[in-house]
Amino acid sequence: MPSISRDEVAHLARLARLAVTEDELDLFAGQLDVILQAVARVGELATSDVPPTSHAVPLTNVFREDVLRPGLRQQQALAGAPAAEAGRFRVPRILGEE
Amino acid sequence: MNDLIRSTAAELAAQIHAGEVSAVEVTQAHLDRIAQVDTAVHAFLHVDTEGALAAARKVDADRVAGQQPASALAGVPLALKDVLTTEGVPTTCGSKMLEGWIPPYDATVTRRLREAGVVILGKTNMDEFAMGSSTENSAYGPTHNPWDLDRIPGGSGGGSSAALAAFESPLSIGTDTGGSIRQPGSVTGTVGVKPTYGTVSRYGLVAFSSSLDQAGPCARTVLDAALLHEVIGGHDPLDSTSIDRPLPPVVAAARQGADGDLSGVRIGVVREFAGEGYQAGVLASFTAAVDQLRALGAEIVEVSCPSFTYALSAYYLIAPSEASSNLARFDAMRYGLRVGGDDPSLSAEDVMSLTREAGFGAEVKRRIMIGTYALSSGYYDAYYGSAQKVRTLITRDFDAAFEQVDVLVSPTTPTTAFKIGERVDDPMAMYLSDLCTIPSNLAGNASLSVPSGLAEEDGLPVGLQIMAPAMEDHRMYRVAAAYEVARDAAQGGPLIHRVPEVSV
Amino acid sequence: MDYAEVVERFDPVLGLEVHVELSTNTKMFCGCPTTFGAEPNTQVCPTCLGLPGALPAVNGKAVESAIRIGLALNCEIAAWCRFARKNYFYPDQPKNFQTSQYDEPIAFNGYLDVVLEDGEVFRVDIERAHMEEDTGKSLHVGGATGRIHGADYSLLDYNRAGVPLIEIVTKPLEGAGERAPEVAKAYVSALRDLLRALDVSDVRMDQGSLRCDANVSLKPKGQAEFGTRTETKNVNSLRSVERAVRFEMCRQGAVLAEGGRIVQETRHFDESSGSTSAGRTKETAEDYRYFPEPDLAPVAPSTEWVEELRATLPELPWERLKRIQGDWQLTDAELRDLVNAGAVDLIAATVDAGSSPAEARRWWVAYLTQQANTRGIELVELSITPVQVARVIELVNGGSLTNTMAKDVVDGVLAGEGSPDEVVEGRGLKVVSDDSALEAAVDEALAAQPDVAEKIRSGKVQAAGAIVGAVMKATKGQADAKKVRDLVIARCGG
Ligand SMILES: [Mg+2]
Ligand SMILES: [Zn+2]
Repeated sequence: MPSISRDEVAHLARLARLAVTEDELDLFAGQLDVILQAVARVGELATSDVPPTSHAVPLTNVFREDVLRPGLRQQQALAGAPAAEAGRFRVPRILGEE
Repeated sequence: MNDLIRSTAAELAAQIHAGEVSAVEVTQAHLDRIAQVDTAVHAFLHVDTEGALAAARKVDADRVAGQQPASALAGVPLALKDVLTTEGVPTTCGSKMLEGWIPPYDATVTRRLREAGVVILGKTNMDEFAMGSSTENSAYGPTHNPWDLDRIPGGSGGGSSAALAAFESPLSIGTDTGGSIRQPGSVTGTVGVKPTYGTVSRYGLVAFSSSLDQAGPCARTVLDAALLHEVIGGHDPLDSTSIDRPLPPVVAAARQGADGDLSGVRIGVVREFAGEGYQAGVLASFTAAVDQLRALGAEIVEVSCPSFTYALSAYYLIAPSEASSNLARFDAMRYGLRVGGDDPSLSAEDVMSLTREAGFGAEVKRRIMIGTYALSSGYYDAYYGSAQKVRTLITRDFDAAFEQVDVLVSPTTPTTAFKIGERVDDPMAMYLSDLCTIPSNLAGNASLSVPSGLAEEDGLPVGLQIMAPAMEDHRMYRVAAAYEVARDAAQGGPLIHRVPEVSV
Repeated sequence: MDYAEVVERFDPVLGLEVHVELSTNTKMFCGCPTTFGAEPNTQVCPTCLGLPGALPAVNGKAVESAIRIGLALNCEIAAWCRFARKNYFYPDQPKNFQTSQYDEPIAFNGYLDVVLEDGEVFRVDIERAHMEEDTGKSLHVGGATGRIHGADYSLLDYNRAGVPLIEIVTKPLEGAGERAPEVAKAYVSALRDLLRALDVSDVRMDQGSLRCDANVSLKPKGQAEFGTRTETKNVNSLRSVERAVRFEMCRQGAVLAEGGRIVQETRHFDESSGSTSAGRTKETAEDYRYFPEPDLAPVAPSTEWVEELRATLPELPWERLKRIQGDWQLTDAELRDLVNAGAVDLIAATVDAGSSPAEARRWWVAYLTQQANTRGIELVELSITPVQVARVIELVNGGSLTNTMAKDVVDGVLAGEGSPDEVVEGRGLKVVSDDSALEAAVDEALAAQPDVAEKIRSGKVQAAGAIVGAVMKATKGQADAKKVRDLVIARCGG
């Protein structure tokens, strides 16, 4: 099936927030193509009457009581932060919105 | 070589609990051994000398105070794969992304080890974020196989397996997503167990592929693995995929198996795991092991699991897909590496992309991109969706097989340890290392690797894989323990004692 | 474009997405508190900070709330459903995916009947209600106004990250025509009342515990297929909902009338100008790569559980109105007026405090509505409580206050002079019930107007009014008029 292009690899890298280099684009395009060709054979077995399995163990309704559990102190929460200010994580300016 | 470091965990525990040796002495002996050989082996990313000695002192103090040991393994040293969080002790997952990160919390496995009085020596090397089969993908350099320092110790848990084979620790913890406990066990002549999915908590296990990851015990004997299994296993409400049922009786099974009688046990040989791509010495060792099992009284049946040949493909879609999502959190905002943070012209998005580019190695990036592709709109059904259907078929093959037999066996991995660097540029060749181990990850059942001897052509260890139904882990322990006794008797002593002394 | 022209040429189609923060003790997937306004990053743990290795665990109470909301919205409840990961990178989202639900929502296919001000009922079909988690909050530093654009850097607080959200999505809402903005507002308002009755959320739009996104598109009259829609985000008051829809209709109408095309995009509503501005377009929108959440077990509510929860549903707002209409014996129009005046709850509370519905209603819709109007505020904003109104009514009924005095008392309460009893005390408002004093006053008045007294004596009872008036004046209104009248007639041999 796939013949994955450089542009597609670039698109995937953007989606995955990876600032890949030009050299990597070439390398990954080749490798991804080989891997995806190989794994595409899952389609041979996957007929419509086979239900998909998302979880290895068939559990349902695993719920927690709505009871407080001690968390982290502010200082612990921020201890691993690359930068912090005023009790908050300091990050570079955010583009766009959500 | 100091006898303490060659002892089994069970022997050490007995001596410590009887007061014949102190936990501190045992710990110090292992710390000394690490200091002596780890420059050559590189099993450890971090040695927690102070923490280990403090834990050992506590065990000794408790004993002196007349208290019962906290567990059957209280005072015994252990090497912890660096993918499990340790409060106050660095956890890197073998990645530059987490260099210097000190978690503010313990994984449940870590907590249970501490509560059991097990002495955590340090954190072991691994393929970055557990992605690999050789430990060459560690950002901190490869681990070397003590049987031959030019060879890989398996992966991703190569640090944990090498630490055992180099006598740096009698016990270690690994995590197995596609074989990362069993395959390193196989190539280092050690025992590695992937418990039933959901029986060892994943809380604090830095996720690679959530529906496949399972932590498990690694040791030099089957009984030691069982003892460790009981320390770390059991229900945990912090992991919603944890099974709320009593742990299978693995220690009792290992002790029962040591009697050496397997009459009445039906063992299935998986037809699909042989032939092309399998090293002759691996197949020969496997055949000898099957004969050995028959001699112990087991009934041997050939079983076909046709979907297993699709397992590798399904795995290399499911695992990267989940990984692409699990590893999204490494974004330079809250913890870990940040690249370009000082440049005011860069946005948060720029810094994320630059950091992830710099912080992740090639294999991790490759898998993130495969997973991103497989989950994309338009491709989901053909890739991720189909892989999940294959997963159903593999589970059905297991179910059908376990109608006929009690356990299944196969070689753990098609070849013995390959040379460092040999498969680095060929991802597909590397992926074949996990051919036989992956089905159990996809189906979630229990599976282990026990050494079956050395391959004739290269004198390197071969592993026998034994697979059991979910929640029937004790079955494979019984078979493995029986086989271990027979193997040692036939081969004139424990296989692990034939590992050459590490030349430093 | 002029609104009248828009609705003449186009049919609007709306889609409303409401996010409700649940008022559970703890977050959706961890045991951290959900209280609003805490110090930054003090209500966090490894799970809601997205630390490596941490795992989610579903809050059972949140699932219960989701099911109850679904039932109240007349939805079907899924027999089996899963959480899914919605993958996109954004710094306020600790894991860079949101744990949400995708193609398997917990509740689906429902409706909510919305009553407009004139009593017309508009049925809004509900597509789905699903469970998810909230994001953290960012603070943009530097730049001109603390806004995201032009900021130097941002500061993140994850206290809100992981707070349980229920997202309620309508089906495309057609046929509202010119009333579309009104329907949108009435829908959000009805939903808010419903959620409040269920006691599942604070429903504070000002604090963000109820947030609305409005999808709007126009299609030329007679055309079957929908036009391209825009999604206006975070419209954060009832009034804004109405304004935003109306603005978007006018804006799109103008674009289409000039032969232009609507771009599928998110838009932002600006409260001060009442206008929307363009955000992200569809072309740059993320591919969310949804897949089932492997860390969480599927949710499979049994029929018994669902029925148990159905039994816990309180009287829902529309059921209550129906009951009240019967209890208070109101016509449809009377009920509608009370609803529109925002008086139903106030009257009901006054009735609960012991007054009759008729008396309670009379006070609230007559004198108090007048007072609110004079002050230019809503009825509910008057500084008098239903309990205080009930006390005034009680004092009148017990004969301690005349109606005139009662209004004085209410004025005093509104003026902040204290409770009704304190005002009575403070203003010296006491009915003169001392019979000898009243008799003296009556005799005095009769003596002052002998001709009138004579008329009464001769049987012209209606003449008594002049004497009563004089007595009331003499007693500064503190006498009971009826009593005075009886006394006058008695004194004149009646
Ligand atoms: Mg949503
Ligand atoms: Zn939390």
